[in-house]
Amino acid sequence: MTIASRDFRELRLDGVSRGFGALNALKDVTLTIQRGEFITLLGPSGCGKSTALNCVAGLLPLTGGSIWLDDRRLDQLRPEDRGFGMVFQNYALFPHMNVRKNVGFGLAMRNESKADIDRKVEDALNVVRLSAQGGKLPGQLSGGQQQRVAIARAIVIEPPLVLMDEPLSNLDAKLRLEMRAEIRRIHQYLGSATIYVTHDQDEALSLADRIVVLRDGTIRQVGTPAELYSRPAHADVAEFMGYRNIIRTEANPGSNGWVNVGIGGAEIAGTPLEGVQRGRAIAAIRPEDLSPVGNGPIVARVETAEYRGRDFYGTARTEDGTELYFRSEQNAAVGEVLHLGADPARVLVYADTAASRPAELAPNGIAA
Amino acid sequence: MTLATTHSVGVTEKPPLRLRLQQKGFDGVTLLVLPAVIFVLALFVYPFLYGLVLSFQPKEGGWLANYSKFFSDRFLYGTIMTTFRLAVPVTIFNIALSVPVAMRMRLMRRQKVLTTILVLPITLGTVLVAQGLLSYLGPQGWLNRTLLAAHLISHPIALLHNYWGVFLSLVITGFPFTFLLMLSYVTGIDGSLENAAATLGASAAQRFRAIFVPLLIPGLAITFCLSFVQAVSVFPSAVLLGAPAGPTRVISIAAYEAAFEQYDYSLASAIAMIMALVQLAIVAIVLAARGLFYRGPAGSGKG
Amino acid sequence: MIRQRTTGEKLWATAVWVVVGFFVLNILAVIATVVVDSFATRWLGTWLPAGYTTRWYYEAWDEFQLRDVLIVTFEIVGIVVLLSGLLGVPAAYAMARREFPGKRIVMLLFLLPLLVPPITFGIPLATVLYRTGLAGTMWGVILANLVPTLPFVILVMIPFIEQIDPRMESAARVFGAGTGRLFRHILVPLLAPGILAALLLVLVRTIATFELTFFTAGPTSQTLVVALYYAVFASGVRAGQSVDAMAVIYMITTLIWLLIALRFINPTQIVTRARREAAH
Repeated sequence: MTIASRDFRELRLDGVSRGFGALNALKDVTLTIQRGEFITLLGPSGCGKSTALNCVAGLLPLTGGSIWLDDRRLDQLRPEDRGFGMVFQNYALFPHMNVRKNVGFGLAMRNESKADIDRKVEDALNVVRLSAQGGKLPGQLSGGQQQRVAIARAIVIEPPLVLMDEPLSNLDAKLRLEMRAEIRRIHQYLGSATIYVTHDQDEALSLADRIVVLRDGTIRQVGTPAELYSRPAHADVAEFMGYRNIIRTEANPGSNGWVNVGIGGAEIAGTPLEGVQRGRAIAAIRPEDLSPVGNGPIVARVETAEYRGRDFYGTARTEDGTELYFRSEQNAAVGEVLHLGADPARVLVYADTAASRPAELAPNGIAA
Repeated sequence: MTLATTHSVGVTEKPPLRLRLQQKGFDGVTLLVLPAVIFVLALFVYPFLYGLVLSFQPKEGGWLANYSKFFSDRFLYGTIMTTFRLAVPVTIFNIALSVPVAMRMRLMRRQKVLTTILVLPITLGTVLVAQGLLSYLGPQGWLNRTLLAAHLISHPIALLHNYWGVFLSLVITGFPFTFLLMLSYVTGIDGSLENAAATLGASAAQRFRAIFVPLLIPGLAITFCLSFVQAVSVFPSAVLLGAPAGPTRVISIAAYEAAFEQYDYSLASAIAMIMALVQLAIVAIVLAARGLFYRGPAGSGKG
Repeated sequence: MIRQRTTGEKLWATAVWVVVGFFVLNILAVIATVVVDSFATRWLGTWLPAGYTTRWYYEAWDEFQLRDVLIVTFEIVGIVVLLSGLLGVPAAYAMARREFPGKRIVMLLFLLPLLVPPITFGIPLATVLYRTGLAGTMWGVILANLVPTLPFVILVMIPFIEQIDPRMESAARVFGAGTGRLFRHILVPLLAPGILAALLLVLVRTIATFELTFFTAGPTSQTLVVALYYAVFASGVRAGQSVDAMAVIYMITTLIWLLIALRFINPTQIVTRARREAAH
């Protein structure tokens, strides 16, 4: 096996911006990616994550900022001169070339000798476990196989950086899980850096070394999957990371460094973030962290409940009309009154500011 | 009990005819296609066959007399060469012009306005274009005046009642058609293929050669056929702008004269059949050549 | 899509636009020549006419009996549009919704009249129409014009119908609508934009169709474009300006309908469809 990433230290995005007319699709994005790192750009559709990827690839010119590979400035270069590998959402395999020709395309463009091309294509097809399909046209392959060809084509040129634009979104659920593991394996094998765009938080959590959460073209948070899962920096990030209970409330200083927030008429302790101590606040709790406990302070009546194999998930409404998502180990019957509580470490309290207000609480009130 | 069962198994009743037809796809809805089919059969297929038979029943002579007359009279068989000399260059010229324009247009947001302007001549029709060109290309027309004023020429160039008048009118009426076809082929090529080629190191010229050309070849073949067939059937402009007795005596003029001036429908039909055969031959050759290339969808796999 | 950055590529792009500009300029100049001449008192050997007048329009109107020609044109066009719609839309519906043996042959049958140029099938068709005595009458012209327009409506309507969710029709059938009522209450309202677009294009096409009408028309069944051809053909006899006035009238008649049609439909889509069928 001879395919390996070319050596480099880091890729740096410095104040990268991209406007479409009056619209700012990407605003002042600054990010440093180390060799060997797997970065996912995560965000809802329209957040600018694909724009960011296309800017790095050179398919979209920047309207501001610069991109550096170590000491080499890249953003003025044409895409063909950057030498990155890219995997497209719809694979973008050349339909008139067979698998070998597709994979060897980048090498042919580099005027490598036929023998070198053959050898490297064979290696790359081995890496993606497609050696037997080399003579077929893309149209004769299954979705998963096409995906592997697209990956082989991107890695065979031994790029310092591999860009992936929602590569799994066209596959069915089972194949998606398989390919996820496959992508991780190939990444580790190559030792290159990977930037992976997705809107699926599970995918981001399971693949990434670091996750970059984008919203409206700006970076909201950069962190490891564990950090993003347990400590989203802002309320909108929390909402995107699966905190379904997003409640507008008032905060007051509590004991032991907690803050107290009112939920459904009850007062519970939570973890202050963004330095919030008192005043208007947003509390965020995952459904799995809100459960019936013996002396739970929040009283709510069950409205729906569904069995999920090990436990039950459902919605309940408090006296003052707040709807809550909860988890219960016992069966929760509709109409039953529950006493819900949560560990203060799992109740995140954010300042209620326009900038970080989740879509669900936006003025027009449309839930995402 | 047992008896009754065997009985009903033994006599498998045929389902009613309606259901059997339905299983094959024939039901009330399918029948809706019938009137249109009958119409096309009666007014397109039948006349064609009628013409074919009629062409073998000449006014005088044996059953092949019309064809032998056509191929022995220089005034008649020469029209095939004349037609080719017009149609082939015009078709190639129109395609050569369409491809770069379509490639540029692909990048544009507001395609509709320019498309509309370019499509205008199709709607104006050949007769109106011919009438306009009669004045525009004339020795006192704006074109010659402009060229004279710019000192590009010293004498008005003769563009009427010769080859060039017909050539130009075929470009004006044929280009929009060729262009529309090419545009739909060019825009049918998934843009991400070009992006993919670029990230793999292909320059603009390499992308054109390695991606666009092979994917456009089937489209080019079809466009060539359709544009060529249109150009072969040039009629009004060949009469009005050309020299219908000489250099632009195309095959359609010969057919028209036979039918409506000599009232020899048999000979006219024979010429029409020869014209159809010429068109068919070119289409068959081009399509056969196309078969040598990739001709699946120009998308990017199943995605 | 990747935009150009180097000088060479920009030059190339500019060259392409110059060629397009030159083409468009010439077309506009051709049209302008006709329009200017139709208002000219005398236009010989100068850039612009000596003076302007509208009298050629009155002359053309009388000389070419344009009133009668226009009436005949619109009668023929109207009936062609109506019949193409009545025969074409149901046929397109069957083609879009049913798979039946021989469907590909039927498709080919509808495609051929569009691909074979009118002059090729026009002569045998005219011969048949003369033998049956229909040629020279309005109905002969109508039948000849229907040969390409009927398949045209079918090919334009098929994709329109295919994009309508068949479950909607199933729902209507479940609630008890037969084919007739299905058409009236569900399909026609949903398809109205498509039908309108297709018929408008048929209208424009029929106004401009020359060869078929030319071969089959008699003195009382000439359409505007055929009258124009005769006028141009015999242009030595009459003042050129009155021929141009007639050409302007013809141009306006077509352009109005074309502009209306283009509001409803994108021409590339139709071509895309037609060539996709042709490619099979």
